[in-house]
Amino acid sequence: MNTILKTQGLNKVYSLGSFPRTIKVHALDDVNLNIESDEPVIVSLVGESGSGKTTLAKVILRLVQPSSGAVTVAGHSVAGKGTRPNHTEFLRTVQPIFQNPFEAFSQHRTVDSYLRETAERVGKLPKDAAIHAVEEALAAVGMQYSDVRGKYPNQFSGGELQRASVARALIPRPQLIVADEPVSMIDASRRMIIINLFLALKEEYRTSFLYITHDLATAYYISDYIAVMNKGRIVEFGDAKQVLSRPQHEYTQLLLDSIPRLNSRWVERRNPTTG
Amino acid sequence: MIRLDNIVATYTTQRGQVNAVDGVTLEIPDSIVMGIAGESGCGKSTLMKVLYGDIGFPLSLSSGSVDYGLVNERGEPVTADNIRNEWFRHISYIPQSSMSSLNPVVRIRDQFVDFPATAGRKKEVLAQVRDFVQKLGLPPESIDAYPHQLSGGMRQRIMVAMATFFQPEIILADEPTTALDVVVQKSILLLLLDLQKEMGNTILLVSHDMGVHYQVTDKMLIMYAAKVVEYADTDDIFHNPLHPYTLMLTNSLPTIGDERARRGLPGSPPSLWEPQVGCRFAARCPIATDRCRQEEPPFVEYQRGHFSACHFAGDVAALKESMQAGPSLSEVVRDTSKLMSDLEADR
Repeated sequence: MNTILKTQGLNKVYSLGSFPRTIKVHALDDVNLNIESDEPVIVSLVGESGSGKTTLAKVILRLVQPSSGAVTVAGHSVAGKGTRPNHTEFLRTVQPIFQNPFEAFSQHRTVDSYLRETAERVGKLPKDAAIHAVEEALAAVGMQYSDVRGKYPNQFSGGELQRASVARALIPRPQLIVADEPVSMIDASRRMIIINLFLALKEEYRTSFLYITHDLATAYYISDYIAVMNKGRIVEFGDAKQVLSRPQHEYTQLLLDSIPRLNSRWVERRNPTTG
Repeated sequence: MIRLDNIVATYTTQRGQVNAVDGVTLEIPDSIVMGIAGESGCGKSTLMKVLYGDIGFPLSLSSGSVDYGLVNERGEPVTADNIRNEWFRHISYIPQSSMSSLNPVVRIRDQFVDFPATAGRKKEVLAQVRDFVQKLGLPPESIDAYPHQLSGGMRQRIMVAMATFFQPEIILADEPTTALDVVVQKSILLLLLDLQKEMGNTILLVSHDMGVHYQVTDKMLIMYAAKVVEYADTDDIFHNPLHPYTLMLTNSLPTIGDERARRGLPGSPPSLWEPQVGCRFAARCPIATDRCRQEEPPFVEYQRGHFSACHFAGDVAALKESMQAGPSLSEVVRDTSKLMSDLEADR
């Protein structure tokens, strides 16, 4: 079995306020995850805002130093005290997709320049091969190089730009893509196009995903495993279908009860026409 | 009964004029919760602004009228021209972001009594406010706080309290729970429903979350590209839709326990800057014909209280059946070419 993602005793403490009255906030509180599989997997990380989901993503992406503990992705140690992975190698292991693609790309640069730069610097490809890699990655998300070439972010719709950012993440062929709320900015009618794209890429590109969301329904739809976070702790982890159909922890139960479902109502409603 | 007659709302920009709401005619019965749904840019928030009478540059009401079914103090009927005088007393508004609606440097209690109606008897009113917020599940001291001292859910409760304190006949809520977590969202929505039941007012609720609509609304209005495409009882919208767009909206997102593959709706709404010919949904519609591309469908009452703007409203039931017999998730994953064709189409 290959280790896809492993965290050991991960803690992150933020200190708020000034000296005599500092408040310590445990954004991550002893997080231990161990995901092993020979096949690529999609793991969902769900919880309310402030539960620590994004902090965990940032630690895995080396954007935040953990207070203690360590993270391993696909056999590469990526975070923890004294861990200094080779930068290029790290970027070939883990790649991010962010919530708002309009903030992820600069308004003053063309989108294709990001894609080519990723291919040249991270993929270490010469110019011609880099363009080929960009074309291939764009094809994987159903776009063409000519659609993207010379265009600035404001010339795309949110869905298209998010797909371009998925293509960028694919170029170095990473083992794990960390996607932090990748569809919350996209209109409901087109959201499933991106979600289905993740499923297709898992099969075709053999990439694993850490899908961070507050939407349990899409998490149920795409994930193999699910981790439920509350107050910096992982309160429940397991097979996605099992956790969401037979939750063991009362917090998971509370979350599930609060979803506005389409099959049973909290309170009776009337039909004004028929009475 | 609120009557809207051929509402056209126009934004004037440097590029020219664009109609964000383009000919909406409706009757909304009293004492119901009505939901308004549609994609971003479909005109749902503009329609709310028009109803609230919050019209000012760049937005203007270029034609149409609203009759609120109310009379003001002078015995005149309340219409779009004088609705502003009835703010808070007869019509109130719950915005999406409580943080940008409450004044950050003024205590909440002072924002509560900051109207001419309470002049001279602030103490008495404040005592009532304390009782009222307590009924809404907030500690009475919470009105002594500044907005930043309260959590997002508490602030949204304060917004609900402000909007309902004078028991207005009409409450407009524009995405009132979008910024909140599901657990808090449920408590706020149930609170609104309780208050509505007790006071018997009409609530118009804008949300992009179809689950929220299913849970709280009695009737629903579906908008697409500045037009109303369907208007019916909520149960009919979900179980017996007469417009393909409604069907796509209610069926595009997955639900827990359902293994069916979901497909998004490729493409995007037409640009409202261009002149519109035919049905505005035709380019994304699976059952569109040449007739749809040339002739604009009228907004017709197909069944009692069930309006739709579709030439082929009768064929939507068959489309629904074929969608429900669609492939399961595992089949789609095995054949990713189907997913790729959606991606190709969505450009």
